[in-house]
Amino acid sequence: MVSLDRLDKIAHKARESQRACDHSVNVCTAAACQSAQSQPVLNALKQELKNAGLESRCAVRSVGCMGPCAQGPCISVEPQGALYGKVRPEDAAEVVASLSTTPVERLAINTSTPFFQRQTKIVLANSGRIDPEKIEDYVAANGYRALLTALTERTPAEVIQEVVKSGLRGRGGAGYPTGLKWNTVAKAAGSQKYVICNADEGDPGAFMDRAVLESDPHRVLEGMTLAAYAVGATRGYIYVRAEYPLAIERLRAALRQAARQGLLGQRIGDTEFNFDIELRLGGGAFVCGEETALIASIEGRRGLPRPRPPFPANYGLFGCPTLINNVETFANIAPIVDQGGDWFASRGTEKSKGTKVFALAGQIVNGGLIEVPMGITLREIVFDMGGGLPTGKKFKAVQTGGPSGGCIPEAHLDLPVDYESLRAVGSIMGSGGMIVIDDGQNMVDVARYFMDFCMCESCGKCVPCRVGTAMMQDLLNRFCGRQATSRDLATLRHLCEVVREASLCGLGQSAPNPVLSTLQYFEQEYLDAILGKGRSNGHASP
Amino acid sequence: MPIGAIKPVAPSEDKRWRIVHAAMRRNGFRRDALIETLHTVQESFGYVDDISLRYVAQSLRVPLSAAYGVITFYHFFSLKPPGQHTCVVCTGTACYIKQANQLLQCAEEKLHILPGETTPDGLVSLLTARCVGSCGIAPVVVIDGAVEGNMTPERMTAQVTRWRDGQP
Repeated sequence: MVSLDRLDKIAHKARESQRACDHSVNVCTAAACQSAQSQPVLNALKQELKNAGLESRCAVRSVGCMGPCAQGPCISVEPQGALYGKVRPEDAAEVVASLSTTPVERLAINTSTPFFQRQTKIVLANSGRIDPEKIEDYVAANGYRALLTALTERTPAEVIQEVVKSGLRGRGGAGYPTGLKWNTVAKAAGSQKYVICNADEGDPGAFMDRAVLESDPHRVLEGMTLAAYAVGATRGYIYVRAEYPLAIERLRAALRQAARQGLLGQRIGDTEFNFDIELRLGGGAFVCGEETALIASIEGRRGLPRPRPPFPANYGLFGCPTLINNVETFANIAPIVDQGGDWFASRGTEKSKGTKVFALAGQIVNGGLIEVPMGITLREIVFDMGGGLPTGKKFKAVQTGGPSGGCIPEAHLDLPVDYESLRAVGSIMGSGGMIVIDDGQNMVDVARYFMDFCMCESCGKCVPCRVGTAMMQDLLNRFCGRQATSRDLATLRHLCEVVREASLCGLGQSAPNPVLSTLQYFEQEYLDAILGKGRSNGHASP
Repeated sequence: MPIGAIKPVAPSEDKRWRIVHAAMRRNGFRRDALIETLHTVQESFGYVDDISLRYVAQSLRVPLSAAYGVITFYHFFSLKPPGQHTCVVCTGTACYIKQANQLLQCAEEKLHILPGETTPDGLVSLLTARCVGSCGIAPVVVIDGAVEGNMTPERMTAQVTRWRDGQP
C-alpha cells in the first residue's frame, strides 16, 4: 500500500528522469491552446529534436494552462526560462536550435510584465509546469503529501481546524466559509456521507475550473479526499460539464492512476480510511450549478432546486449529509493542509483570504487566466495585468459574476476585489469570469443578453423566476427596439425586486442583477431608449 | 411475474447496445444511472431517439414520463439525428462581446436554417452553445468537434462552401 516512503520514491524517480535531460520544452495542451493547434507543435518539436539527435537530452512535455490563452499555443523552455506564444509547427526548428543559446525573440512573451509579475499562484501553482496526465509529475511537485501526512498524523478535526484558520471561502461565487461548511457536515448524523465537487462551470465567460481540471486534476482529487477524511465521507462525485471533454478525459485518467497507486479506494495510506470518487456528467443546464439542483441531477432526475433548509450538509445526496464545494475551493485544500491555515490567511484581505483565479476575456489585450491575491483592484487587473483594451476601444464596464453578476463602471475600478466590495457595487465575485466591455456596446443590450440567458435557463419550478424573467426579457426587448415607455421602466424596476425577493434559488434571485447594475450606472441608455434617441443593436452608429 | 422483473431486450442487434447495457450494469441498473446511460446512448448513436429512450427507461424502471422529462430538461441531449457536419456557435459572454451574433447570422443565412435545425439534405446541423470555455480566443465556433478561435464571418462562409463541395 502507498506510504510516504513510497511517495518519496515515485517523486525521486520522476525528478531523476527530469534531471536526466538538460532541457525541457513544455507545450500547453489545455483546451484553448489545443484548439490553437498545440498538438502539431508538440509533434514538430519531437521530430526536430530527433533530427538534431537531442531526443535524450531534451524532454518534450505536455502541460496545462500557462495563462496567456489569447497568445496560444504557448510553450515554455526550461531551464532557459523562455515563454513563447503563437508558436507554429514550422517554428520548432528555431526553438530547438536556440535551446543552448538565447531565446527566440520573435516568439517570446515578455514575462516581466504585470500580467505575470502580479500573480500569486496557489491554485495554479502546478498549472503549466506538470503533465496533467502523469501522477508521477504531481507527486514530484509534492502532491498527495498533504493527504498522506494528514491521514497518519492528524485527526479529522485538526484538518477542519486548519481550513477554518485559513479563512477560505467558497470559490463558486457565494463565498460561504469553507471550514464552517465542513464542520457542519462532520457533525451531521449519518453513517453514509458524500463529498461532491461542483465542476459544472456554467457561467458564460468563465473558464477557471476548466483550466484547473485540465492542468492539475490530481490537486482536485487530493482536496476532495482530504475533505472526505475531514467530514467522514466514503464516497465522492465530481459533477462536470459534458461540454468539457478534455477535462473529463483527464479526470478519468487521474482517477485511474490514483486508484492504482492506492490513493483512492480501500485503506488509503494503510489506514482505515476508504474513499472512492465517481464522475457524473452534466447535461448543459445552468441551474445545476445550484447545489440542490446538482444533487437532483446526480440522482438522475431533472435538475430542479428545492427550498433550503434542510441544507445538503444535513440532507443532501440520497438524503445523506453531503459536502459540496467548487473545483477551485478543493484545489486550495492541499496547500492549506500542507502549509497551514495561517500561511494561507496571510494573503488577501481581512474577510477574503488567499487568492482568486480570474478568467479575463472580452475587449482586453491580455486575455487569459490569472491568479491574484484578494484585495487587488479591478483597475490593476484590467489595465495593468490585462493591458487594457485593444487600440481604438474605450473602457465602459467590466462584467463580473456572469448572469448573476453586474457591470461595474470606471468610477468603481479602484475597488479592491473581495466578496463584500463587489456585492456593495451591485455585482458579485461569482466564479471568476471577468468580461471587459467597450464603449461601442449598448448596456441595455448587455442586460437583455443576460436576461435571455436566465430566461432560457430558468428551470420553471417557481413562478417568479419562470414568468418574471420572461416578462423582463419582453420589457428589455422593447427598450432595445426603442419602443419602451416610462411606465415600462417602472415595471422593469418593480419586476427586478419581485424576482429577486421571491425566487426559489440563486438563479432567480440573482437574475435581475445585470439589469439592476446597468440601471444604476447606465440609466441614461434606458432613458434614451424611451425617448427613441438611443442606439439599437448594441453598436454605435458610425 | 411482477412487471419490474421483465427484462427489456435491446431494440436491435446493433453492437452499440452492448455498450449501453454495460453502462447500466456498471451502475447496478439503479434509477440514478438514467442521465449517465443517456449520455452513453448519445455518445454511441449520436442522439437519443424514442426507441432508445423507452429501452433505457424500462431497463432502469424509470417511468417514461420521468425519462422524457429528464431528456428534454438537459440541452445537451439531442432527440434528432445530427447532420453529417455540426457547427456550434458559442454565444457565451466573451463571444457575444466579440460579435458572435454576426457569426450566427452569417451561418443562418448561408445554411437557410435556424439554430437547432439541420439542413434538409442532412449535411449540416447548426447549434449554439452557452459557453465552451475558450473565452481567451473568442469568438469561438466548434466545427465538427474542433474548437476554432477568433472566427470571422468570412471563414464561416468558406467552411460552409467547403462542406457543400463535399470537403471536410
